[in-house]
Amino acid sequence: MRARLESLLLPLAVAFGFVACWHFAVKWTGSDIFPTPRQVLTGTWELVEKGVLFKYIVASLFRVATGYLLAVFVGIPLGLLMGWFTRFRMALNPAIQVLRPISPIAWIPVAILWFGVSDVAPIFLIFLASLFPITVAAMAAVQNIQLVYIRAARNFGIGGLELFKKVVLPAALPQILTGLRLALGVAWLVVVAAEMIAVNSGLGYLIIDARNAGKRYDLVVAGMAMIGLIGLGLDFLVRRMETLDEVRWGLSR
Amino acid sequence: MIMQMNPHSTETRSPRAKIAVRDLWMTFKSPDKTKPDVHVLEDINLEILDGEFVCIVGPSGCGKSTLLNIAGGFFQATSGAVRIEDKVVTAPDSRHIFIFQENGVFPWLNVEDNVGFGVKRSTMAERKKVVEHYVEMVGLTGFGKTYPRELSGGMRQRVEIARALAAEPDVLFMDEPFGALDYLTRLRLRAEVTQIWQRERKTVMFVTHDVDEAVQLADRVVVMGKRPSRIRDIVAVEVPRPRDLDDPECRRLRDHIFGVMGLDHSGRATEIRGVGAAEEEDETEGKVVNLADRR
Repeated sequence: MRARLESLLLPLAVAFGFVACWHFAVKWTGSDIFPTPRQVLTGTWELVEKGVLFKYIVASLFRVATGYLLAVFVGIPLGLLMGWFTRFRMALNPAIQVLRPISPIAWIPVAILWFGVSDVAPIFLIFLASLFPITVAAMAAVQNIQLVYIRAARNFGIGGLELFKKVVLPAALPQILTGLRLALGVAWLVVVAAEMIAVNSGLGYLIIDARNAGKRYDLVVAGMAMIGLIGLGLDFLVRRMETLDEVRWGLSR
Repeated sequence: MIMQMNPHSTETRSPRAKIAVRDLWMTFKSPDKTKPDVHVLEDINLEILDGEFVCIVGPSGCGKSTLLNIAGGFFQATSGAVRIEDKVVTAPDSRHIFIFQENGVFPWLNVEDNVGFGVKRSTMAERKKVVEHYVEMVGLTGFGKTYPRELSGGMRQRVEIARALAAEPDVLFMDEPFGALDYLTRLRLRAEVTQIWQRERKTVMFVTHDVDEAVQLADRVVVMGKRPSRIRDIVAVEVPRPRDLDDPECRRLRDHIFGVMGLDHSGRATEIRGVGAAEEEDETEGKVVNLADRR
């Protein structure tokens, strides 16, 4: 109980200290452009009243969810197959290793060329950004499966697709989940960048629009704070999944 | 009491032989052409009767684990074959379950689901009954919903034994199943395995580096020599169970087995070594054996 209280109070104390430093830094430097914490709060309230904050959050989350889920449905099977079949891995792995280090940001011009200024461009970018970490994690997870599980399953007469379902997938799941968490973080980073350029809604658009239309830095910082808080929430959700009995055995924490 | 295996395969075969190893040779081809191939088993001939408990002991790297893996269908022999009920073993079979030293219990399933993994019954009620029965037999009643990571090493090994039995096999292959456990847990599990075997009467092939363990468990102990190994001796243990290792007959057989194994150690050809010292040495070697055998 005490430890729980501490784990709540200590970060809150740091947050309070941070906000206080921020406040006094703005006051002492006498900045006209950079907002105080209070101005950010009123700016946030303004966005709520105008009805855009909720709309933009939903727009960003929708793009992330769509691109990310597509990546999950493509990346996990692809990674499992690459982990299991040596030939498949030999054929595809070099291509993936070449594509992987290209920042999703670098794809923005290409995405706009292909999909125009629409929802499809950011979704495509999020898909790309999430696909590689998920695929690589699933592949490595299968390669790291202890041979004894496969042998035991074969001994009980399990083979083919059933082996995949009953042994390969569950054995690989903890490491896949680590990849999913990583990919979600990247997806959330990329959606903001994509929205700054490729669309007219969402939190990324909010930030760039607030700056361009009147240097409203209170709204810029409000958008940044929202991105941070939602990112925290997304990470919390994935961490909750990591406590499930199906995967806890394979995670060191 | 002590029988010498006939090395010639053309001899008459006992009609009741459950497992018959015939003229078995095994060589591991080196993937690196500059290194020599490893000859592991030479001319192994062995018959195991239905319901018999046979232990295989031998020095480090002698290939006892390899022999078990061939019988289990996991390795292909270089020449010769293992037959179970007159059928040549070519692949793993759910009637012949292998129990692994490194513990093959699935960590993502709880005890119940692990034990139920290989159950062949069709209705849920029957499956549940079988699972409950074997969970109880290995003394894990109340742990059905527990996950392996919450269990001790000994309990996990019990889960694996229950899982094997729940598939209702007629042969069990046990590859140093207690090798990774502490001494007291090993003693307890030996006693339990004896009781379970007396009830179930499965045919058991049990590999161990522990001569005491072999004498306590087996109907016959197969003693193997140094690599490339042949069967040096087959020792029948006709002492009623449960066996006390201080029983004079047990001690005599144990000393005899040490003597047979000792022939391979330079300078100790006729000397029967102290049991404690020998056991310690065997144990450290045993781990090396396993790594070598599984390559």
